[in-house]
Amino acid sequence: MSTTTPTREPGTADGAASDAPATGRGSVLRPSRRRTDPLYHLFLLPALALFTLAVTLPAVLGFAYSFTNSIGFGDWDVIGLRNYIAMFRDQGILDSYLFTLGFALVTVVLVNALAFLLALGLTSRIRFTAALRTIYVIPMVISGIVIAFVFQYLFANTVPMLGEALGSEALSVSILANEDWAWVAIVIVTAWQSIPATMLIYIAGLVTIPADVYEAASIDGATGRQSLWHVTLPLVSGFIVINTILGFKNYLNAYDIIVGLTDGGPGVATRSVAMSIFRGFEGGDYAYQMANAMVFFLISIALAGLQLRLTRGRTVL
Amino acid sequence: MSTAAPLAPASSSGSPSGSSSSTAPTPRRRRRGRVGRDRVNVTTTALLILGALTVLVPLFVTVNMSLKTTEQAVDGNAFSLPSPLTLSSFAEAWSLTNFPRAFAISLFITVVAVAGEIVISSLAAYAIVRNWDRRLFRWSFFYLLAAMFIPFPVVALPQIQLTGILGLDNPLGVAILHVAFAMAFNTLLFTAFLRTIPLELEESMRMDGAGTWRVFWRLILPLLGPMCATVGIFAFIQSWNDFMMPSLIISDPSLQTVPVLQNMFQTQFSNNYNVAFASYLMAMAPAIIVYLFAQRWVMSGLTQGAIK
Repeated sequence: MSTTTPTREPGTADGAASDAPATGRGSVLRPSRRRTDPLYHLFLLPALALFTLAVTLPAVLGFAYSFTNSIGFGDWDVIGLRNYIAMFRDQGILDSYLFTLGFALVTVVLVNALAFLLALGLTSRIRFTAALRTIYVIPMVISGIVIAFVFQYLFANTVPMLGEALGSEALSVSILANEDWAWVAIVIVTAWQSIPATMLIYIAGLVTIPADVYEAASIDGATGRQSLWHVTLPLVSGFIVINTILGFKNYLNAYDIIVGLTDGGPGVATRSVAMSIFRGFEGGDYAYQMANAMVFFLISIALAGLQLRLTRGRTVL
Repeated sequence: MSTAAPLAPASSSGSPSGSSSSTAPTPRRRRRGRVGRDRVNVTTTALLILGALTVLVPLFVTVNMSLKTTEQAVDGNAFSLPSPLTLSSFAEAWSLTNFPRAFAISLFITVVAVAGEIVISSLAAYAIVRNWDRRLFRWSFFYLLAAMFIPFPVVALPQIQLTGILGLDNPLGVAILHVAFAMAFNTLLFTAFLRTIPLELEESMRMDGAGTWRVFWRLILPLLGPMCATVGIFAFIQSWNDFMMPSLIISDPSLQTVPVLQNMFQTQFSNNYNVAFASYLMAMAPAIIVYLFAQRWVMSGLTQGAIK
């Protein structure tokens, strides 16, 4: 992905370029003298309009509302920063952040570790490569909420049954009903669903490593483990960065799978930030949850920025 | 990590890194990694087959449960084989969820999202790349890109109101939102790819008198084929499976999508496990079937997306 900051324009494009062949070329960003085909504006228009309407406008509205006491309809007053201040004293909100951040962190680590191992396995010399790859990718195409319902049944019925059969007390109670451990179930199902995409990206990374590199390493006497640590990992570090950032972004917005497994329970033990924001319409907390959404937005950006900084130009591990 | 402990690095033993990392058993026999005489790594194969069970077991349970009778399904045993085997739960799930209608709605959202994402993003990307020297286009690019960091939950509440006001609190509104929220990523993919397309092709076409419109549809869009596949696959997986947007945006319950409707088995019909699982299976099946037929493109598509 390499954020592709376009550094240079490739050249003046149009047919109209013929009347001014020398423009643009060397001088990097100076507008050329050619006229821009008005059609290009038309091409750009739908994207900009849609985007403004669907993202920018509600974001601005939400920002404005976060300084009011609106309940989503009817009259409202401007109340300044009171929503924001109240937020920081709201144990429910703080807990949702704690849960969401912890969940995202654990899931990112687990998913990346497993996906990387699977990618290594699936790119090594094994039998049934095609069939195994096909199977391992399936979870990616299954709806999060639907598979969460399936797992909910398994966690609530099948696992306790097996636990009883094995005589294990810990396992014979549904993990979903356990305030301290329900989050583990959410991690498991989220990992189940998001490992394939992560794994495919790692496979893409692994196959770009030329065989000669390993050859050279083994000539120098590197063992399998050494070349894994000193050759493979550094060479796929860029992919680790992508996967971490994309993964973190997804897990911070966790919603579907949690709804399917615990619906935020037991109690509010597994309520994610997204879930608490969406409750803005139910509890008459519209403006209050908008403030929450704004804080959430800032935290997401800060985390993405932090990850980019930490990983820039380094080998990640 | 390393299940390996590869004290004996190769010789068909353990490491999942197997031959992708150094396979040559001794420095002497240095043939290239993947070629020729390496032996198949049996341990890794076995481990991977074992691991594949984690994918297959939940799917097996889904099929297994859906074939049971209601009486048998309530006993909570997911692995007991159905006896008697019955397909009646499918019929019941079909009518309870009004499957044909839900399917049509999901399909409508998916088709609009896929087509919309491909066309709107590629048009914008083309305009941006070809006019990079113009400030308007450059800024538009960064404007669109900024949304990578605005997840849907952040704007959800005002968006619910807006769609209500505009009369878009329906499947069409959901499809449009899918297009909008995927736009940042899609435009990024398309611009990255467009920059690699040489101008000469386009210029010669313009020499022959083709205008921008014609160049785009006849030359650029076909050249963008692989990227369109990537974008389309992402759009399909995303919009077909999504729960968050339709459940929040679509106000009329009779216009809900297939995934959202599965919720009814948590609330109203919570003891009809067999019907619930039949319904889950019908919800999963279309995407799985499409995947099995298109898996080459799914894999390469995702991979291309990652590398760009």
